[in-house]
Amino acid sequence: MTILNAAEMDALAARHLDLLHRSTWQRFRIPIIATAVLLYFMFAWWFFAVGKVVGGANWSLAGNYLADWVSYEIRPDIEIATDGSMQIAYPRFDPIGPNPNPAWLDAKRETVTRTIEIPATSSPSVPRPPSSSFSFMAPAPTQQDATAESAPTSETRTEEVVTEAVVEMGPSRIIDIQPDRVTLSRGSETVTLTLDRNADQVLAEGELPEWVAQRSVGGRITAYFGFSGWADISADRVRIRKRFLGWENFFFDTNSAFFGKGFGEVASLIVGGERIDPTQSNLSLAWNDILYNPSWQHLDVWTKLLQTIVMAFIGTLFAMIVAFPLSFIAARNIFRNRPANQLTKRLFDFLRSVDMLIWALFFTRAFGPGPLAGISAIFFTDTGTLGKLYAEALENIDDKQREGVRSVGAPPVTVQRYGVVPQVMPVFASQALYFWESNTRSATIIGAVGAGGIGLKLWEAMRTNSDWENVAYMVLLILLVVFLFDGISNALRSRLIGRDR
Amino acid sequence: MPTSVIKPTLSESGALVERHWQQLASQRRFYTFVSGALLLLVVSGSLWFANETNAGKFFDRLPYFFDFVGQLIPRDGMEVWRALFDLPSPYDDGSLKYNYPEGRLYLTENFYLPEYVHQMLVTLNIAIAATGIGLIFGFMLSFLAAKNMTPNPWVRGPVRRLMELLRAFPEVVIAGFFLAIFSLGPIPALIAVSIHTIGALGKMFFEVIENADMKPDEGLKAVGANWLERSWFGMVPQVMPNFMSYFLLRLEINVRASTIIGAVGGGGIGELLRLSIGQGHEAKTLAIVLLLLLTIIAVDQFSAWLRRRLVGDQAFQAI
Repeated sequence: MTILNAAEMDALAARHLDLLHRSTWQRFRIPIIATAVLLYFMFAWWFFAVGKVVGGANWSLAGNYLADWVSYEIRPDIEIATDGSMQIAYPRFDPIGPNPNPAWLDAKRETVTRTIEIPATSSPSVPRPPSSSFSFMAPAPTQQDATAESAPTSETRTEEVVTEAVVEMGPSRIIDIQPDRVTLSRGSETVTLTLDRNADQVLAEGELPEWVAQRSVGGRITAYFGFSGWADISADRVRIRKRFLGWENFFFDTNSAFFGKGFGEVASLIVGGERIDPTQSNLSLAWNDILYNPSWQHLDVWTKLLQTIVMAFIGTLFAMIVAFPLSFIAARNIFRNRPANQLTKRLFDFLRSVDMLIWALFFTRAFGPGPLAGISAIFFTDTGTLGKLYAEALENIDDKQREGVRSVGAPPVTVQRYGVVPQVMPVFASQALYFWESNTRSATIIGAVGAGGIGLKLWEAMRTNSDWENVAYMVLLILLVVFLFDGISNALRSRLIGRDR
Repeated sequence: MPTSVIKPTLSESGALVERHWQQLASQRRFYTFVSGALLLLVVSGSLWFANETNAGKFFDRLPYFFDFVGQLIPRDGMEVWRALFDLPSPYDDGSLKYNYPEGRLYLTENFYLPEYVHQMLVTLNIAIAATGIGLIFGFMLSFLAAKNMTPNPWVRGPVRRLMELLRAFPEVVIAGFFLAIFSLGPIPALIAVSIHTIGALGKMFFEVIENADMKPDEGLKAVGANWLERSWFGMVPQVMPNFMSYFLLRLEINVRASTIIGAVGGGGIGELLRLSIGQGHEAKTLAIVLLLLLTIIAVDQFSAWLRRRLVGDQAFQAI
């Protein structure tokens, strides 16, 4: 190995001056760029007030909403009257069905004779109108309608009341509710609460563990049981929120005849059971009940999804059909007329630059909300984009084939047909396919501004903040469609332009 | 000279070839016809379906189409400028339609930012910040997703699936979810656009890395460089121009995306546009459309110019 002496080193350095003495920019560009990026993000932090917004956010809500995607709550309220008798009531929209008697809520009942006060506020129960399949929160009817309907009187009656309720929130998580005491246990820890209805106080014995919270002495107590829910205890009422994994009533809603039946039972009813509804077979009844399930609205969701797919497909197809001839006019080498080239190119630029959003809003005004607006928006934007790409592809073609076709005396149209189209067609089709695929995604978004499709339905479901499981369902469907179309489009494209693109 | 053309006769094998060719050609014509008919059927079915499920029917609404365009003409040409620069309008009747000066954002005592310019800046900054975040995370993920840098399929597979998920997850849902947590403001839009950008840029980037020249990498491997050094000194210098080019392309797309997300409740200029179109404020609508058009053209031109400087005339089309 040769060892360089000083003179040789200098000679080497003199020959490659640019390597050893780099300019200031070359030497410091990485720290400079990093600093600039950092400064920009600090500016953005200030500009969007990120700290304030994130600090003020309701993070416990976030957890609840996320849990709602894949689970649901059942919410029994246990009212404790002054004489110590209890009533268990479920809210109207609870997905538990008309005859709730869940295994996890063990109520000990007794028949007593007692005097109760009936409030005057209630109105006679009115039969509700049939639930519409086009509003998201179509009410799921429960057993609540026929409650009180008389004037304020006090009355003595003999009835069955609950004297003790034991709620099993999960393995070794139990709430035992007695008229004057509530015992909460979670794992090895047990808390005993005394309910004092005269002073309207809840008193806890001893130190509270961290999963039990009480704001003030004697006030309401909230006990958290992790994912399986929570309970809110005041002197005259215990509110239970028990969470279950899964999507409730996905096939049959509570007012369906098939509600609560297992798969085998439903199948045997369909195959050989007696007609539940004399006017139609059990199969069509079941199918109807699934399609018009008021809390999931399968038919409506599928229709809207199909609208989104149609919007992307038709919009892109028509854009391709229109952009194809226009791009021949826009290409300098094919249509030798500068003003016409420029005019067409500026038209493409205009169509492209007026955002898809603007087109969508305009056409929603013009055609009313629905897929026509979405089709038009995608069509107009993509005519611009595809036209520009096509024109660029045409300007880069190999001229030899056209010359060859022209040299044998072909008329202009034939020259384009046999000299140009075979060269560019794979590229054109592949770009159109790419846009079809990406438009399936963007059609969801412009749908939310009113241009039809599943976007609006998603947006409505999210606005209520209580239908996150429906959002999850639709997201799953959208992901399925997007991945499917991704696959189809990739397969077609790689067939069109060979494996290695 | 004989004028009659002698009809050439084919030899036996020639006739066989000719027959085969005829057969193939007719088969091909048949398939073309069938697929054409199928396409026509699908298209007409789709159009019927779209028209049927739309609120207004196409042919019913068409005669009124230009009525709506007519409604967009402001009372005079200067109204658009007044709306754009928040100048007081002579038609001011106290309604929301002409209250241009109310949106002014005073930066100093007598210098103000017009409302629409301010909101346009919000939208632009959403796009820039989201693209920046997408660049940083996409950059990191792409090295783990590229086959030549991460041969282990148990790392590469999940990273690619993650990027696909980020890309395909509807932005509306992300925006809506964070809107529920953060309440109104541009941050939900920022998060939604960022998440999509991470997936999209990550995919572009790892394809660039997979197409890169592996010779520098081999050289570094030969002198015992570790994975980070190989990535940083062997890969990054050759992929950086392409990365930047895709970054700029994404920026163009994100300016549009953040406008759209803004319209569904994320703040920024998109929301104002939706409101003003919905309420029929013609001067305001035109002012916003004009501003958006100019901004998008400016961003596109700037990005195209910068890309040409970075990667030469190599065409990077919107893919």
